[in-house]
Amino acid sequence: MDFTDLTVKSAAELLAHKKISAKELFEMSLKRIRQVDDKIHAFLYVAQEQAKQQAVEADQLIADGEGFALTGIPYAVKDNILVKGMQATAGSKILENYKATYDATVIKKLQLENPVIMGKTNLDEFGMGVSTENSAFGPTKNPYDLTRVPGGSSGGSAAAVAAGEVLFALGTDTGGSSRQPASLCGVVGFKPTYGRASRYGLIPLGSSLDQPGVLAKTVEDAAIVFQIMAGSDVHDSTTLPKPVPDYSAFLKPDVKGLRVGVPKEYFIEGIQPEVRQIVEQGIAKFQDLGAIVEEMSLPNAMHALSAYYIILPVEISANLSRYDGIRYGLSVPGKNLEEGYFQTRSQGFGAEVKRRIMIGTYASSAGYYDAYYKKAKQVQVLIKQDFARAFERYDLIVTPTSPSTAFKFGEKTADPIQAYLEDIFTVALNIAGVPGLVVPAGLTSQGLPVGLQIIAPHFAEEKLFWAGHALEQALNLKLKPNL
Amino acid sequence: MFCGSPNAEAAEPNVHICELCTGQPGTLPVINREAVEKSLKVGLALNCEIAEYSKFDRKNYFYPDLPKGYQISQFDMPINGRGQMTITMTNGDTRTIGITRAHLEEDAGKLMHPAGADYSLVDYNRAGTPLLEIVSEPDIRSAEEAKVYLQELQNIMRYLGVSDADMEKGHLRCDANVSLRKIGESGFPPYKVEVKNMNSFKAVANAIEYEIKRQAELLDQGQTPARETRGWVDDKAITVSQRSKEESQDYRYFPEPDLPIMQFTKAYLEELRRDLPELPKARKERFMSDYSLSDKDAYTLVAYKELANYFEHVISELDEWLQVEKQADDGKYGFAAANWILGNFLAALNECKMLPQDSKVTPENFAELIKLIRQGKVSNLAAKDVFAKMFATGEDPSNILDELGLAQVSDEGLILDVVRKVIAENPKGVEDAKTKGEKAFGFLVGQTMKELKGKGNPQVINEILKKELQS
Repeated sequence: MDFTDLTVKSAAELLAHKKISAKELFEMSLKRIRQVDDKIHAFLYVAQEQAKQQAVEADQLIADGEGFALTGIPYAVKDNILVKGMQATAGSKILENYKATYDATVIKKLQLENPVIMGKTNLDEFGMGVSTENSAFGPTKNPYDLTRVPGGSSGGSAAAVAAGEVLFALGTDTGGSSRQPASLCGVVGFKPTYGRASRYGLIPLGSSLDQPGVLAKTVEDAAIVFQIMAGSDVHDSTTLPKPVPDYSAFLKPDVKGLRVGVPKEYFIEGIQPEVRQIVEQGIAKFQDLGAIVEEMSLPNAMHALSAYYIILPVEISANLSRYDGIRYGLSVPGKNLEEGYFQTRSQGFGAEVKRRIMIGTYASSAGYYDAYYKKAKQVQVLIKQDFARAFERYDLIVTPTSPSTAFKFGEKTADPIQAYLEDIFTVALNIAGVPGLVVPAGLTSQGLPVGLQIIAPHFAEEKLFWAGHALEQALNLKLKPNL
Repeated sequence: MFCGSPNAEAAEPNVHICELCTGQPGTLPVINREAVEKSLKVGLALNCEIAEYSKFDRKNYFYPDLPKGYQISQFDMPINGRGQMTITMTNGDTRTIGITRAHLEEDAGKLMHPAGADYSLVDYNRAGTPLLEIVSEPDIRSAEEAKVYLQELQNIMRYLGVSDADMEKGHLRCDANVSLRKIGESGFPPYKVEVKNMNSFKAVANAIEYEIKRQAELLDQGQTPARETRGWVDDKAITVSQRSKEESQDYRYFPEPDLPIMQFTKAYLEELRRDLPELPKARKERFMSDYSLSDKDAYTLVAYKELANYFEHVISELDEWLQVEKQADDGKYGFAAANWILGNFLAALNECKMLPQDSKVTPENFAELIKLIRQGKVSNLAAKDVFAKMFATGEDPSNILDELGLAQVSDEGLILDVVRKVIAENPKGVEDAKTKGEKAFGFLVGQTMKELKGKGNPQVINEILKKELQS
């Protein structure tokens, strides 16, 4: 049995039929991490002892007939999600020695089913980046080509799943952080509706944009995992108490009658021809499966990136103020209070973090607030209206995920704008608050994965899983990197 | 305000804290419904405009006592808008003080500077507790007005059950903005001095007096006082400069993305308004009209909520008794009760540092004492001894009267015997009483009372003595 061939679904079946134990799964996962993580550096921390303990407990539960869909399943957690007692660096030097004092709500919910946390994965510092090159602890490499980035910021989680180190991983998604790396690493990436899952225990980047994300090998796995994560949380006042449907009931092989919109603005110049081609093939597949596909327009969607790079830095500038060296994390002493702050934050934060704090501070300061932040919030309203109007006519919208495939290290570090453009197709969803799913759609001639992005109305995640699953089954790609 | 840590005093630092109020990464605020409701009650009591929507904002600044690097406060949509309250000065004058707004926010922690140390310590016990900042209009014209305003605010908070509003304990804090202009001038002076660190009403009044004097001296010398924050140093009775305000700090307020906007429906606000308790002003007026209390006495009672409550309990006991006895209320029972409560009872409470409800004297026994006095069964003088015993033991006054033999003698036959004896033994006194009037007459009353060991009913003695002297 090859561990890298397993999915959450198939592993759970093996566990249920006692063909494998949770401890064996844990050992296989650990072995794979030992084998390949030196090459790809997906993990910042491997929780070997704790994971072993969890696996033993999971076996006991399964033996007692108390196993669930995720019991004993090895997974990884992005290092900006808090797991009590484990490090939570957010990829930053300023939190290098920070240990979480509590569990994030999504972790609490998942742990009710006793999966096994193998460790914490790499990310761009505080989630700011599209390549993991902004991690204070070195970049993660793309399992399909070690000279290329895995995408970001959840690059560690995407690479860990793609490389078969774990069966699924948690990410976060503020502007595409789960979807873009999924596309670049050939895995499934999912971002829920803003308010569908709890942000409590996610180290915030942009509070009005953040959601936890899922990286998985199949759409079905993503649905199984999200089924448990979804729902309101008393600790997160931005979650809504809407009932969570049974997603598995929507996993059907065809999409007959589904109305799919393809926004023309998303097929801009500058998009790699092969990316375009693969995405168009995927869209054609929808038609084959019985969907009604039409070209349509989201006139304001392309302004999403501009609005995003105002709203996000403003929220960042406040969200990152707490890292001041007073209570936890890096603390560099100074001659006085002000110098202490200055030293701590100068040494603790990387260049991109500092850049965004400065942009955000500027855009929210007196005299500029109206011109920038307020304007950006108005643009946000227009984009929301775009989607609302589109969803009156369409069940789903399908787009590319990223204009390009995985790029080489250093290719986009010199010019931050180039890196920001990576998010051009993904940010509108966060700005509008709608959910999105990225499904692998093919490999380029260079052997690099390309993902297709499906967008659904607010709280209609089931439509994503439905269409995504049907596409995945029809394409039958079974991608796997050569490591 | 946004987490579940207790809002309580603690001997140890950093014990009433949680991941939220220490600003751990990933924590999110949740609005404390009770704090919002109590703030709305304050708004209703201060006649504030309450908008349908209110929101929280982030106020950004760095300080070690501020765990998140921003304070969740309210910027442009405060929970309570414009309002006003009328205060009564000691001379009976009333003044209307405008309320600009009253907004909700979370408190910060406390910095401590150990003597001689080259470091400071921070205690987050207080961090995150709800704070309602009541901003008043520049209507206050003297230190005395400021003091009365604060005292009345405190009383309103206590009546609403919103806060103990104890200044010494920091439940009620006051930053006073002081500036002067020439008599006859209008508009705002070109400067403003904010004074902090006053932790009693007296300190507020003293600090303002001091500032008025300090600023007047500068102005008289042709100088304009600096725009700054000054701290009151209580033991030296001076203010000292703390921070210049020449450059205004940019707090970069923006809407708190972690919290939804609050909506208050008309029905909800009406329900709150309906459930508001009687406020001090209305209660004082009721006491004055129902029991003929003076403004001052009514104010004293009302200002001490527990004492006023006790008084009302005694009144209801008296009412019950009057009803049972089918006696008409001559309106003097309440008056007598108030006098006793504000006199002997209050003095005894203060001496023992005790709250009215904790005293051993039940309102029922208190009512009985008033009844015995009014019925002439005990003299006012003797009643003081009875009360002292009641206060010490909690016994009922009739028993004490019997025990101490203090029951007042109203028996006319007995008094007549004594009066005749006194007349016989004091021919000079009788002569004087007939010629010199009141004072000499009093001497004979005193002699009679002495014979009766102070237990004689003075009214009966008076009547009988008069009759005997005329005969």
